[in-house]
Amino acid sequence: MEPRRTAASRAMSFTLFIVQILNGLQFGVLLFLIAAGLTLVFGVMDFINLAHGVQYMLGAYLAVMFYTLTGSFVAALLLALVAALAFGLLLEFTVFRHLYDRDHLEQVIATFGIILFLNQGVKVVWGAAPLSLPIPDSLSGVVVLMPGLIYPIWRLVIIGAGLAVGLLLYILVSRTRVGMLVRAGATHAPIVSALGVDIRRLFMIVFGFGTMLAAFAGVMIAPILSVEPGMGDSVLILAFVVIVIGGIGSMRGAFIAALLVGLVDTLGRSFMIDILRLAMAPSPARTVGPALASMLIYVLMALVLYFRPAGLFPARGR
Amino acid sequence: MNKLLMTVAAVALMGVAGTAQAQDKLKIGIVTTLSGPAAVLGQQLRNGFELAVKDNGGKLGGRDVELIVQDDELKPDVAVSKAKALVDRDKVDFVVGPIFSNILVAIMKPVTESGAFLISPNAGTSNFAGKDCNPNFFVTSYQNNQVHEVMGKFATDSGIKKAFIMAPNYPAGKDSLAGFKTYYKGAIADEVYVPLGQLDYSAELSRISASGADAVFVFLPGGMGVNFVKQFRQAGLADKVKFLSAFTVDESTLPAQKDAALGFMAGANWAPDLDTPQNKKFVAGYEKAYDGKVPASYAFQAYDAALLIDGALKATGGKTTDKAALRAAMAKAPFTSLRGKFKFNTNHYPIQDFYQVKVVKRDDGKFATSIVKKVFTDYTDPFAKDCKMK
Repeated sequence: MEPRRTAASRAMSFTLFIVQILNGLQFGVLLFLIAAGLTLVFGVMDFINLAHGVQYMLGAYLAVMFYTLTGSFVAALLLALVAALAFGLLLEFTVFRHLYDRDHLEQVIATFGIILFLNQGVKVVWGAAPLSLPIPDSLSGVVVLMPGLIYPIWRLVIIGAGLAVGLLLYILVSRTRVGMLVRAGATHAPIVSALGVDIRRLFMIVFGFGTMLAAFAGVMIAPILSVEPGMGDSVLILAFVVIVIGGIGSMRGAFIAALLVGLVDTLGRSFMIDILRLAMAPSPARTVGPALASMLIYVLMALVLYFRPAGLFPARGR
Repeated sequence: MNKLLMTVAAVALMGVAGTAQAQDKLKIGIVTTLSGPAAVLGQQLRNGFELAVKDNGGKLGGRDVELIVQDDELKPDVAVSKAKALVDRDKVDFVVGPIFSNILVAIMKPVTESGAFLISPNAGTSNFAGKDCNPNFFVTSYQNNQVHEVMGKFATDSGIKKAFIMAPNYPAGKDSLAGFKTYYKGAIADEVYVPLGQLDYSAELSRISASGADAVFVFLPGGMGVNFVKQFRQAGLADKVKFLSAFTVDESTLPAQKDAALGFMAGANWAPDLDTPQNKKFVAGYEKAYDGKVPASYAFQAYDAALLIDGALKATGGKTTDKAALRAAMAKAPFTSLRGKFKFNTNHYPIQDFYQVKVVKRDDGKFATSIVKKVFTDYTDPFAKDCKMK
């Protein structure tokens, strides 16, 4: 089984490595889209929203529904974002608003209830069978990045969209008035409120924006993953890992941590067995490798928390 | 809630079926997965069985049927308490289910020790086929390994030289790849185990592409398979690498995989286009009854389970009290299976044919598997020799 190290195989492992880096980036920006909303809501409103994952799921379901109605991906994307925003605001108005002043445990229990409710809800509306959303035709092929290195265009689109959103958020948060209020609200909410800013309205804007980002992530990933009840649950855990590593409330932290988690997870899954084979027989390596690889991001989180208890980029003043 | 609905539905069904008989109703419990991502498989099982009862005018073996459907939630502890309730409280004569092997292992004892018969329309683990075989346990599907063995045999026959094989990192996944390798004689490019429930296969797809394999064999049931198939197609591998699979492309996942799965291959004991008159009627009836959904193997095997009960009860005059007589009647498989030829081996697992199937788009635009050719004839599992039953 041990491959002979020829020049050809070295070139092959190099392209494989590049492809895996791209895969890691793609996973990372997806995590960022979800974690960005989560860290905003958590940081600015001190509100733990476990239901953030189902908003990602809802985005995907809405896109599938609008795609069936309109037959256009762009229309489906825009309509899904608007509908997800409307639904998020409805949830904010009916449920979340009454939880801001409660303690974290009650927020966790209430938002967990919403997860159960919506997971069951999508099953009632759309059925338990997984659904799918096609990739827009013009973006559905593969592209040859260099000889022997092909990559699906759609995954590149996700990377591009994620980076663009990251840039947009950076400009919004650091260069605009709303962004300034958000930053101030994250650290000194009572003072911002005393200065005459309608903090409730600010919260609503932040919340709606976070919801839309999660829905956007759901729509973008729907052509790659199956759209099914409960699809948001596993992502939610990873998003929490990301914001804990990045520092709660920090957009920059969420960005760096999301890419870090994406890369560590993907490269770990891909190369862990090969690394273990250097020290172990192939058969146990094959058994231990996947188990170890799926633990890697949690090991990373533990290490970060040990050396930087507030995360890599703690929001100032907290 | 589900149970309540089902009972109401079952009662409604009785009403349609006609007047009450002098004889008591025949109570049958169903244990299947109706929540979580795997619910679509469990619904097929339930629908298949209900359709059989309906096609028989609400009766099996001449007796009115009372169906009690339980959701095992894919949790062994939940399944055990619900199975116990079925045999202890509801006093059912038959329990039909489950979908998943780990649930089967959990409910085996509580059901069979109560004296009730357990009929599995899907899960068929190797231990119950061999040394732990049970006189009150019958299987209308297959022994789990067989479907993977079919693909191994097919790979060898069609001259595959280098296969990349992949399954989830849990016992059934290990069995799957072991089953494939039983008959596969070519080289293995790599053997990969992914975490159960993994959704994004980008890392693995890159490895497949780099490995130079001419075929992949995967066992990725449910949502895992939906994702893998789509991503495999998107990565441009479908034209270069042959796709062989087990429980990865079937009628329960095809509505989500659609064109991405076209031409992909799997091993099976049946397909909707299997050419027997009873199967044609079943497929048409199922699509009519359940919003045009194409039945998968889960539905067909549950339908056969109902036919088995029907045939055995006809042989005993509708009586379930004499267990030995009923068991003997069941062992003879006194029914015409939808798949045609069907016999029970000494371990109460089927002796049947297996096929290589391929995903096609039917003329009506729906996707289904279609039989390409027979791979095994009258195939028995190798574990039967360890079973003490005669």
